[in-house]
Amino acid sequence: MNSVGEACTDMKREYDQCFNRWFAEKFLKGDGSGDPCTDLFKRYQQCVQKAIKEKEIPIEGLEFMGHSKEKSESSS
Amino acid sequence: MVKYFLGQSVLRSSWDQVFAAFWQRYPNPYSKHVLTEDIVHREVTPDQKLLSRRLLTKTNRMPRWAERFFPANVAHSVYILEDSIVDPQNQTMTTFTWNINHARLMVVEERCVYCVNPENSGWTEIRREAWVSSSLFGVSRAVQEFGLARFKSNVTKTIKGFEYILAKLQGEAPSKTLVETAKEATEKAKETALAATEKAKDLASKAATKKQQQQQQHYV
Repeated sequence: MNSVGEACTDMKREYDQCFNRWFAEKFLKGDGSGDPCTDLFKRYQQCVQKAIKEKEIPIEGLEFMGHSKEKSESSS
Repeated sequence: MVKYFLGQSVLRSSWDQVFAAFWQRYPNPYSKHVLTEDIVHREVTPDQKLLSRRLLTKTNRMPRWAERFFPANVAHSVYILEDSIVDPQNQTMTTFTWNINHARLMVVEERCVYCVNPENSGWTEIRREAWVSSSLFGVSRAVQEFGLARFKSNVTKTIKGFEYILAKLQGEAPSKTLVETAKEATEKAKETALAATEKAKDLASKAATKKQQQQQQHYV
């Protein structure tokens, strides 16, 4: 799968490979410590965050998991 | 006004297989509309949960009539954020996904909870809720309000006009008083129309800024 930053795709794939291994073999089995992918993640993030800024993708200031208020059918 | 969706799916695989597959599902033969995928945030919490934010870009496929109505939207892909919490201790995962552009036209929000199937512990259940909304509803309400207000002010003018001409036909000379009354009625009608326009403008801008306000409320 491609990254939104064309230059970041290889870094993304490298990180993904590392993450998927750690996720299945360590994290899901209860061992969430010692993430071996931090360096790869840092490199990948530097690249992709730059691409996001350049493309002006509005990901800033958005609350994790969206707004927590109740959703209703009524119009407001 | 929001359209609501509730659904449930079952995957005949165990929860750990599903959670691992969640991060590897793109690309697949059914995801030709997904153009890019990136993790833009990830952390492990002190209580051993994995928080992630994934940025996706997808093609913006609209029916022909929508392309004609919203030509400005056609050229741009859709940016979507997918937030997730993986809780391996409780064997559950929760996701929240929504679009961060084209929001003035339509917002689709989806919340999923993945857990072990209660009937078969080797299977995984997905409970899915979604909300589809559009600020265009606010615009149509403003148009209606304005139409009704302008109609009412025209009714006032109709009656005043009738009274004027009836008085004239019934022999009363069009005195200064009658002409002044007609002038007053026109002024009053103008004021009513102006007040109605202000109200409609206010409703329309409320509808437009409502989404903006919601975005601002999210600011951490």
